[in-house]
Amino acid sequence: MINTLWFLVLTGMLAGYAVLDGFDLGVGILHLVLGGDTKDRETAINAIGPVWSGNEVWLLAAGGSMVAAFPHLYAAAFSGFYLALMIVLWLLILRGVAIELRHQVDNPLWRDGWDVTFCFASALLAVLFGAAVGNVLRGVPFDAEGNFQGSFALILNPFALLCGVLSLVALALHGAAYLAMKTEGLLQRRARRAILPLWGGTIALLAAVTAASFVVQPDFTANFARWPLLALIPILGLTAAAAIPPFCRRGRDTAAFLASGALIVSVLGSAAAGLYPRLLPGLPGSAIPALDIYNSASSTRSMTIALGVYLFGMTIVIVYLVNVYRVWRGKVSGGYHL
Amino acid sequence: MNDALIADRWQFGFTIMFHYLFPVLTMGLGVLIAGLKTVQLLRGDERYGALARFWAKLFAITFGMGVVTGIPMEFQFGTNWARFSHFAGGVVGQTLFMEGVFAFFAESSFLGLFLFGERRVRPVIHWLSAVMVALGAVVSGFFIIATDAWMQHPVAYEMVNGRAELTSLWGLLTNPYALWQFPHAISGSIITASMVMAGVGAYYLLSRKFEDAGRLSVKVGVISGLAFSLISLFPTGAMNGENVTKYQPIKMAAMEGLFRTQEGAPIAIIGMPDTERRELMDPIYLPRVLSFLAYGDFRAKVVGLDDYPADLHPPIELVYYAYHIMVGLGTMFIAVMAMAAFLLWRGTLYTSRWFLWILMLAIPFPYIANEAGWAVAEVGRQPWIVYGLQRTADATSTNVSGGMTWFTLLGFMGMYSVLGLLYLFVAARIIDTGPDGGLQH
Repeated sequence: MINTLWFLVLTGMLAGYAVLDGFDLGVGILHLVLGGDTKDRETAINAIGPVWSGNEVWLLAAGGSMVAAFPHLYAAAFSGFYLALMIVLWLLILRGVAIELRHQVDNPLWRDGWDVTFCFASALLAVLFGAAVGNVLRGVPFDAEGNFQGSFALILNPFALLCGVLSLVALALHGAAYLAMKTEGLLQRRARRAILPLWGGTIALLAAVTAASFVVQPDFTANFARWPLLALIPILGLTAAAAIPPFCRRGRDTAAFLASGALIVSVLGSAAAGLYPRLLPGLPGSAIPALDIYNSASSTRSMTIALGVYLFGMTIVIVYLVNVYRVWRGKVSGGYHL
Repeated sequence: MNDALIADRWQFGFTIMFHYLFPVLTMGLGVLIAGLKTVQLLRGDERYGALARFWAKLFAITFGMGVVTGIPMEFQFGTNWARFSHFAGGVVGQTLFMEGVFAFFAESSFLGLFLFGERRVRPVIHWLSAVMVALGAVVSGFFIIATDAWMQHPVAYEMVNGRAELTSLWGLLTNPYALWQFPHAISGSIITASMVMAGVGAYYLLSRKFEDAGRLSVKVGVISGLAFSLISLFPTGAMNGENVTKYQPIKMAAMEGLFRTQEGAPIAIIGMPDTERRELMDPIYLPRVLSFLAYGDFRAKVVGLDDYPADLHPPIELVYYAYHIMVGLGTMFIAVMAMAAFLLWRGTLYTSRWFLWILMLAIPFPYIANEAGWAVAEVGRQPWIVYGLQRTADATSTNVSGGMTWFTLLGFMGMYSVLGLLYLFVAARIIDTGPDGGLQH
């Protein structure tokens, strides 16, 4: 019971991270293209300026909850995917440094250099996060102790790469929807124009990934057959996806942004629903079938304490996140006051 | 020792010491900025608001560096120390997670509000956001120290299937070891911020620009610097030392270079530990003082290193030197700050150029003292990663080879060298540009 609750919490934290940091990754992917001149690029960056680091905290909090509830999953997955995670770390560092430093010197070369760095790091992170989800769905070759070594040949399989491209395009869509909501004028028109092609790409790639997932993980649908109500998760996502183009055409930018957020939650939620109770399945021939919510968990008591902390803490977090976002509501105006 | 263990330790040691250069400033600076905002709000003195805005710029860039260099710390528990995460995740995961949820969210959300929202919110909300940033930074520090304190002195756990599991959250958060380690670390951090503030103010006065901001910065820095360099010695440093004596007597013996168990043990002011001959070379002793410091009794028996098997000894020289550097610098901070406070009281500090030079050149030393103190705490705990429960050698990831870690360590070294240069460059520009409005003389 508590194990299942923690599975939901972990899914929720990762989905929260994907939706929130997703839009600033998306803005990072797009800002060079959409924000043609310097001023518009500035506006695009300012739209995420006060919130990006708070969004990234979701990743830290998700990592922390994974250590507390499923320590063996954390240990096996992080050491197994060692080099890939180190690349993720270096990209996160580069990206944070780029957005912090670009304003510090008033020189076009300095700014352009950091903007290109920011775009590169954002795009590659989007691909790597997608590939990570792909590898979690596909599974890894466990030894008897539940460890594995994720060589690049293993990690960079076609399915994971396809998931990586889907993540890149879907987060770009999310970022475009965010910019359409937060900006005005030429930048907003450009962002709106980008939504439709990105939406088309997302739908096509999502169909491809869904089809391919039946090949790499044939029992993926078992949970949906057992609990038919789970089908609501992908249905919700499809509805949200279908609503994006009409919202966009009518200029209902906030609704379009929320719909693209719902789409991301639904994709990750469907993946989690298919995996449950597994957290990281084993490839065929593994010594153990999977790390699941039982064999990788800490004791019931540890998990119960952590859940109490979680509910209390997240209540506070939601209260002030709502308040902070209220201060930043509306269109971005002006630049940094630094 | 196998290759991977050494590589893992070097990587963690290097990345944590580089990381700590940033939070050691932001934890203290956050508190000082909240103080400046409080004075502004209470007295309606806009100079304090302008000074807070100026220091917030330096805070922001330092906080950004702290965030990006902090993420690798949490990651490494999984990547390089998988058997530690597996063994202790049920306990340390709690505090790591609480750091994110309770503290870090607050700090990063309210920092945005504080930096960019001054014109969007009422003054009292802006003050509140400064307080939340400071609180977030300090509470964040508390959860990290609660994690470390559990590794120093495990409490509130039970062993289940060979793993440590939490039995009481309250017990974990009120670990007697953390109760003095936390205020000691925070006071070290406030000393750092105070000395940076005083040092930058001294630079302004010496170069005859932004002299209003310079005088105010020197004043605030010197007053809080004196207060907290005293607090670092007593009670926080002294009580922390008592905890070490009580819970980790081997570490205390290594810190003091005490090889043989003695009644009425002396304290060595200087001296070099000779691990071959098992004694201090050329020591200068204060007789019986160590017994007094450890037990409050000049005749008490203090246990020496030779009473423990050699495989339980930490690297003695490193712990000894780091400890003496921390204490020596801490003593000098008290002297420098007391002298500065005396000159301030006499009204001659702002014109005593020789002393302003000292304040300016003192900036690096609190960083060294803080890093040295942490080296005592962490290296002194060896060979354990969790004291008495798990050895560091048994905590590494079995599936990550030494070569992989050497490769990523080199990557971190290269990247952090560039980051350090960029940080210094940008910080120097911020200092050179100086504060805005009200203080631009």
